[in-house]
Amino acid sequence: MNKTDALIIGAGPTGLFTAHQLKLIGLDCEIVDNLDKIGGQCIELYPDKPIYDIPAVPECTGEELTNNLINQLKPFDIKFHLNERVDEVKKDNNNWIVKTNNGKSFSTPNVIIAGGVGSFEPRKFAPKECEKFENKSIFYSVRDKNIFKGKTVTIFGGGDSALDWAVELSKNATVNLVHRRDEFRAAQATVDKVHELKKTGKINLFTKYQMTEVKGNEKLESIDIKHDNDEIKNIKTDYVLGFFGLIMQLGPIAKWGLNINKKTIEVDTEKFETNQKGIYAVGDICTYPGKLKLILSGFHEGALAARACFKLARPDEKYRFEFTTSSKTIKDRLGVKSD
Amino acid sequence: MAKITYITQDNQNHTLDVQNGLTVMEGAVQNDIPGIDADCGGGMACATCHVYVKEEWLDKLPKKEDGEEDMLDMAFEPKKNSRLSCQLIVSDDLDGLIVNIPSKQG
Repeated sequence: MNKTDALIIGAGPTGLFTAHQLKLIGLDCEIVDNLDKIGGQCIELYPDKPIYDIPAVPECTGEELTNNLINQLKPFDIKFHLNERVDEVKKDNNNWIVKTNNGKSFSTPNVIIAGGVGSFEPRKFAPKECEKFENKSIFYSVRDKNIFKGKTVTIFGGGDSALDWAVELSKNATVNLVHRRDEFRAAQATVDKVHELKKTGKINLFTKYQMTEVKGNEKLESIDIKHDNDEIKNIKTDYVLGFFGLIMQLGPIAKWGLNINKKTIEVDTEKFETNQKGIYAVGDICTYPGKLKLILSGFHEGALAARACFKLARPDEKYRFEFTTSSKTIKDRLGVKSD
Repeated sequence: MAKITYITQDNQNHTLDVQNGLTVMEGAVQNDIPGIDADCGGGMACATCHVYVKEEWLDKLPKKEDGEEDMLDMAFEPKKNSRLSCQLIVSDDLDGLIVNIPSKQG
């Protein structure tokens, strides 16, 4: 069980700056995120897109913003728990017991939800029966490529993940690559490589096709794919991989007893606390009259929620407001010299 | 101003007057039309404002940019008449537009 003054759910810009605010006022914190990297939507959805409305930063990309926020956290020791989705939040006297899908648990008086639009999950195939084979013969990511050796693998998608895996797996497996149109959005070099492998018969390419059906009882046997002109083909395959990117889903948050309004969590504007004492929501996931879904609003909300955490984490102390320009205590925490 | 009809998953028609300059996505979200999630808020980064445009409107709409077709790769059951509603800016020319909202956004 990890004990901490505050647990932040979500390592996007709001979560990162909230951690900074907590550390500045002398509280410790840990951060959990379902993605395998820090940065949230900024990294997952628009790493290369320029942002123009961060105060005092005329222009920066999602990736630059993330890197700058990580740099700002350098003076502090903050534990990140990536690839972990928070599944359960339960009250235990004055603390919240938080559990993740991989079995990590935390005990903390303060939980700050900085979860954006929820957790990123892979987009799945449309046919309902695909669920039956999920994680057995249908996958949305590759954990162990060795299972495909000598087998037939059908890969769906037109981006880098789909094409990179098609190229890689074609070394040891029979690969079918299926995509809904002729154009691919993967790196040109990979697209060229796929066309080359198609010529030498290493990859079977099916474009303008989408999956309509999966067949098999215990074991996946074949799939039906349908062309834009309605022609249907049946392909025998041992495995199916789908790479359609990620989608954000509120997921388990909906079950924590919070007041939810259209996929957002209702908070007050003093502490950004939810209807549950000690659980706060900041950034895109919170809502209140006048809420603006801007990164700068998330920074403000995180700063206030951090101060609210102090009371529950240090019930016997009084919080004193201080400026970073003048406070010796804060400068010590930052590891910079006082004048 | 344009009259836009959104046909939701339950086959209900919702016809609304949408102001010029807003997107077809914003018209839906501001009027609580269910089924258009628009998770990224109109940044062409998520494909959760996917709609099917009535065939006769396909050629009348502004052409897709590359980024839109790329995002549609990720949409749930994309078809030839798929568009991202955040990329359709309302003008008088769109008066009478009919869009179907897919059964799911992801």
